[in-house]
Amino acid sequence: MKKTVVTVVGKDSVGIIAKVCTYLANNSVNILDISQTIVDGFFNMMMIVDVAVCSKDFETFSHELEQIGGEMNCIIKAQREDIFDSMHRL
Amino acid sequence: MINIYEVLETNDMIEKENLDVRTITLGISLLSCIDSNLESLNEKIYNRITTVAKDLVPTGKAIEKEFGIPVVNKRISVTPAAIAGASACKTPEDFVTIAQTLDKAAKATGVNFIGGYSALVSKGMTESDELLIRSIPKALASTDFVCSSVNLGSTKTGLNMDVVKLMGEIVHDTAAETADRDSIGCAKLVVFCNAPDDNPFMAGAFHGVTEADEIINVGVSGPGVMRKALESVRGADFGTLCEKVKKTAFKITRVGQLVAREASKRMNVPFGIIDLSLAPTPAVGDSIADIFEEMGLQRAGAPGTTAALALLNDQVKKGGIMASSYVGGLSGAFIPVSEDQGMINAVEDGALTLEKLEAMTCVCSVGLDMIAIPGDTKPSTISGIIADEMAIGMINQKTTAARLIPVIGKGVGETVEFGGLLGHAPVMPVNQFDCSGFINRGGRIPAPVHSFKN
Repeated sequence: MKKTVVTVVGKDSVGIIAKVCTYLANNSVNILDISQTIVDGFFNMMMIVDVAVCSKDFETFSHELEQIGGEMNCIIKAQREDIFDSMHRL
Repeated sequence: MINIYEVLETNDMIEKENLDVRTITLGISLLSCIDSNLESLNEKIYNRITTVAKDLVPTGKAIEKEFGIPVVNKRISVTPAAIAGASACKTPEDFVTIAQTLDKAAKATGVNFIGGYSALVSKGMTESDELLIRSIPKALASTDFVCSSVNLGSTKTGLNMDVVKLMGEIVHDTAAETADRDSIGCAKLVVFCNAPDDNPFMAGAFHGVTEADEIINVGVSGPGVMRKALESVRGADFGTLCEKVKKTAFKITRVGQLVAREASKRMNVPFGIIDLSLAPTPAVGDSIADIFEEMGLQRAGAPGTTAALALLNDQVKKGGIMASSYVGGLSGAFIPVSEDQGMINAVEDGALTLEKLEAMTCVCSVGLDMIAIPGDTKPSTISGIIADEMAIGMINQKTTAARLIPVIGKGVGETVEFGGLLGHAPVMPVNQFDCSGFINRGGRIPAPVHSFKN
């Protein structure tokens, strides 16, 4: 398993989750956890996904998610989970 | 599993508070390149650096992409050139060719800086050390990315006052050689007492002779993160304040540890140390002075600043040590003037003087850093400032450094613009009383009594 955190930040609009999930499914990326909240009026979503069998390399995967974000006026980032684990877990 | 608030906290640190990995510095030993033929030495140095460091920049960029944290600089440090070039170089000009080779190698590998045009002369100076030191003005004027350092004292050996005197002249000459560019050569030249062998930060990085063939050292930073974190304990007592600094330093260092481990694994080069230094940049909010203001001081330099810096430096170290097994380099808080907008403001407002900065260096992690002084400052006065700073390091068993920039053609009240990470600086006044009789004595100041621990 190779865990990656996908975050979506932006103005809430119809179909954001659907579009991201469709992209993930099309690329064999399994969603392990999903949560969302509103901070300062902005939509914040976080998904923990498994990219072990993802059909794209990490750079392409992260770049394409960024592009999808651009189309929906939000920022989508993919980051390896290790950075969050390192910072917040002993 | 990680929750959304933890993810948002990390990403806010990166996006809003300038958390970054300041540098991945690849240390490369040049001892295997030593040759008595200058041309052959230069060729070996170039080949060794460009071979070992060929993947450094791509690796840094890949890590940046995958973890979503900026890796601002990729740098190289090498064995002090005075050692590597000892058998080949017979004149200062010979040494300049090594500087040019290092510069060429830096450009070929795409790194931002290459450090190690250095001499370690804390007790005595070999002929080669002196040739290298005398070549520094020309070397820095004819290269773009080469950084130079001279370690001229330590707690164990005392201070080499002959070199203190010489460095006053060298700093002055380096300024003169680069007078057309606001004396920028001096921004790449630092003198040290107790220089660490594994410092990843420029201008003082070199690959010490105690190190392995290659090593990865990583410098992390985040003054902006620290200031933001301290907002949440505004008005609280010192215990609470210190706890907050420590916890924040811990989090920042853990990220550095991760990046260092990753870089080391991908490049197949052993991991050396993490240097957790709050290193400011000219970017708004990325400032040590802002941290002081958040602690309750009107401006950096106000009474209480030395105490504020002391607690900051100490708590940063405590948090960092818990987060990584190998903490080294300079680790602490840097207090450069030109690279920190809050410090620049403090100087311009008259809150911060050279003398207060000197007091602050007793408790910061390095020393007098990126301080522009009038171009007509006498070399002996520069030596006097260096001597004071080195004495602080020697007596307090800590690293101290001086990176002074006598800006040729400029005086107090004028501003000098270096650009980029080096920022801009107001020219600060220097005490005008003469110290040449003291500096001209020559010889060594003996090691202090508390250095005899054997």
